[in-house]
Amino acid sequence: MNEWLVIAGTVLAAASGVPSVFERREGGRGERVAAQLMVLGALCAITGASLAIARPSTGIDLGWSVPGGRFAVRVDGISALFVIQTFVVSALGVVYGLDYWKQAAHPRDGRKLRLFYGFMTAGMVLLACARNTMLFMVGWEIMALAAFLTLTSQDDQRSVRQVGYVYMAATRLATLSLFAMFAVLFSATGSFDFAIAVPISGSASTAIFLLAIIGFGLKAGVMPMHVWLPGAHASAPSHVSALMSGVLIKMGIYGLVRVCSFFPHPPLWWGELVLALGVGSGVLGVAFAIGQHDFKRLLAYHSVENIGIIYMGIGVALLGRSLGNGALVALGLGGALLHVWNHGLFKSLLFLSAGSVLHATHTREIDELGGLGKRMPWSSLGFLVGAVAICGLPPLNGFVSELLVYLGLFKSAALPQGRLWLAGALGAPALALIGALALACFVKVYGAMFLGEPRTHYAQGASESPGSMLGPMGVLAGLCVLVGLLPWLVAPVLDRVVHSWAAEFAGAQSLAVLAPLSWVSLVGALLVVGLLAGALLVRRNLRRQAPTQTGTWDCGYVAPGPTMQYSSSSFAQTLVGLFSWALRPKVTNPDTRGLFPPHDAFTSHVDDVVLDSILIPAAEAGTRAARRLKWVQRGSMQAYLLYILLTLIVLFFWR
Amino acid sequence: MPLLLLGIIGKTKAAFAGRVGPPLLQPYFDVIKLLRKGSVFSRTTTWVFKAGPVVGLVTALFAATLMPLGGHLAPISFEGDLVLFAYLLGLGRFFTVVAALDTGSSFEGMGGAREVTFSCLTEPALFFGLIVLTRLSGSLSLSTMIGSGLGQAWYHGGASLVLVAASLFIVLLAETCRIPVDDPNTHLELTMIHEVMVLDHGGPALGLIHYAAALKLFVLGAIVVRIAVPYGGNLWVGWGVFALGMVLLAVLIGVVESTMARLRMAQVPILLVAACLLSAFGVVLVAR
Repeated sequence: MNEWLVIAGTVLAAASGVPSVFERREGGRGERVAAQLMVLGALCAITGASLAIARPSTGIDLGWSVPGGRFAVRVDGISALFVIQTFVVSALGVVYGLDYWKQAAHPRDGRKLRLFYGFMTAGMVLLACARNTMLFMVGWEIMALAAFLTLTSQDDQRSVRQVGYVYMAATRLATLSLFAMFAVLFSATGSFDFAIAVPISGSASTAIFLLAIIGFGLKAGVMPMHVWLPGAHASAPSHVSALMSGVLIKMGIYGLVRVCSFFPHPPLWWGELVLALGVGSGVLGVAFAIGQHDFKRLLAYHSVENIGIIYMGIGVALLGRSLGNGALVALGLGGALLHVWNHGLFKSLLFLSAGSVLHATHTREIDELGGLGKRMPWSSLGFLVGAVAICGLPPLNGFVSELLVYLGLFKSAALPQGRLWLAGALGAPALALIGALALACFVKVYGAMFLGEPRTHYAQGASESPGSMLGPMGVLAGLCVLVGLLPWLVAPVLDRVVHSWAAEFAGAQSLAVLAPLSWVSLVGALLVVGLLAGALLVRRNLRRQAPTQTGTWDCGYVAPGPTMQYSSSSFAQTLVGLFSWALRPKVTNPDTRGLFPPHDAFTSHVDDVVLDSILIPAAEAGTRAARRLKWVQRGSMQAYLLYILLTLIVLFFWR
Repeated sequence: MPLLLLGIIGKTKAAFAGRVGPPLLQPYFDVIKLLRKGSVFSRTTTWVFKAGPVVGLVTALFAATLMPLGGHLAPISFEGDLVLFAYLLGLGRFFTVVAALDTGSSFEGMGGAREVTFSCLTEPALFFGLIVLTRLSGSLSLSTMIGSGLGQAWYHGGASLVLVAASLFIVLLAETCRIPVDDPNTHLELTMIHEVMVLDHGGPALGLIHYAAALKLFVLGAIVVRIAVPYGGNLWVGWGVFALGMVLLAVLIGVVESTMARLRMAQVPILLVAACLLSAFGVVLVAR
């Protein structure tokens, strides 16, 4: 029953874009039908997944003609979490797209975008529920290819095509290592099903783990495998960015969590490796974010950072499983998966608010904006809620999941065992550093975009977006507040998730006991009451004594202009300097010697070090080397037939 | 008591300079006077500017309720409240800086940038210190970590507690914008951190900001004093010892401010990284 509801929702999602394909280019009916189908599918599937959490079932298992494949679908705790998240973000994104990517305004690519948006959603749900390798890979490939086709919606632009190529290369590499991983899994267990019955030998499990780290890491965008992510998130339409950043990259997390669940006794170094990757990804992701000038690119680097935090949680859970410590497993995995869910909410909210700004101003440059808080009050409020949540500040949802990861780290720091305390002792301060850097970054981007005076005419002429764009943002913001204020609501769900990940801890402590969730709730509520009371007092005071309006204190300057405001680049300058060993910023300093220096400008730019300084030069060298083999490709059918014949002959003589 | 600390610091500095100095209760008079005044707002600002001081004060008050004073249980105390403590101060910082940016003044932007930059270096130092305390006390709650069992902790890990106390003292100086990181009395906007962020705030808003800053000094100082004076006996004696410790801390800050010059801005990160390293060494020492 549960599974059938989810499958029905998936089919509706996949079909949502189809009607509009048969419509005229400018027709508006297809997009409304798509939104209705997607919302209906979402309601259907979310009901199914919620039922699955309440009453787990054994799932559906049907035959399939594909060799080794079975149509085996089961929604357990982990799957349900990802299914609900996919449909929430996807349905809200379609509603948002009604005005953001109007068919009338985008006759060329609107229909294609809707079609593949639906496919992408369906692919993600399918892979999250699949219990068979073949079915998993089908879902994975539908998702990966549909994502390529949606993110290259504006393929008439050269930059978008380039980003698409990088994404394509990354996702092919990911699929390749997943094929290898499942092949090793098959040779170790003799089955393509996920229900692992036989223990896996040491060397095979090491190979599976490392291939999973590469394959799923490429999709999750963990540093240094994040190369496709910043460009792709920046170039895609904003509701697609929201779906990609909020949900698609989490499928890498889902895969890693699922594959790790096959191993009841992971060696210690697995947890340590995942934790180290998480720390590196978290710190460097946010450091790169601080150096960006394009606000969507900046948000994309924050995905790298948050994936790092999620990896830290998974690392703690793996360490706990190695040691048989149920508290660490519950806190680490619970924190990681709650952060998956929370990041899906606040990052989608941020991307939708950013899209609203892009829609109104037509620029992605932070330093060309300013003063939007007065012109777009609701988008500004949405962005502020998202910013406070992503910094992990109370009383919003980001704080709850980071608190769980912190508790896991502190608990492992208090353990007496050997080298394990070190993981927590270095991990917790690293998470504190990540939090402080994220705060610096979001203060910068919120201040530069929404506060002060408009810097250019782009911002000057902006106006608020229509309700169909603000509504989805409101829903996401409401969910952020809800999870932040009532975290004990999600504790039973997370317990179920932990139990389906590691069945041996099924009777272990509940998260509601391990973590002070009711305290968080109480303090959050008191904080909100305190803030409201303070606001009321200030308001009463201001009403009693009317304030004087004047200009900003200019420290004695005669005519301060809007371009003299502190820009986002200047705000970030010191931090970029502190991290210059990793960021390698390209800075040109103006030459201002002499009495009458000529007109000059200061510029500073942070490229992606891994992509622009390592991979692209390496790829170019590879292309040059491959040119020497060019004579093989003659372009004549006879030559290729000759190659085939020669190969066959060599194969005959092989043994 | 928070504002009294400012008064003591002022008196100490006056004594070093050979002046009589303002009365001990002067900060109270200042805040009361400010609260009675009218407000002036820039035309550039929005509601964010008015929200800044309120959020700053409310978060500082909540942070104070998590702090065990004089070795007794805090009003709100649970496993993991140390994270809440740090992040409440973070929320206050977020809104203080955002309110500064709301004015569109480049000076206030500069102050905000410095504030968030330096806090990126003080947060890890604080958490290294908390890890040491967690490991020594086996607890994740501030009330136990710096509660009555601290004397026992000195016996087991005294050396690392000395390092942590030194490191947290530097964090305290940086977070509350004291010399050698920032000079609260300077005249030049270009060299300020905290004061320049609140340039445009006046009247009641400025009063709230002053009180919140003093409260922050008080709660961070309370950790340092508790670690340095881990008295865990009689309730009333405990309060007395704690109050005396806070007074001595204020005098110490006054002495530091009188005898040192402010560091150049570029050198501040070096000092703060040193603070991080001090408490990281503390972690290494408790690892045995």
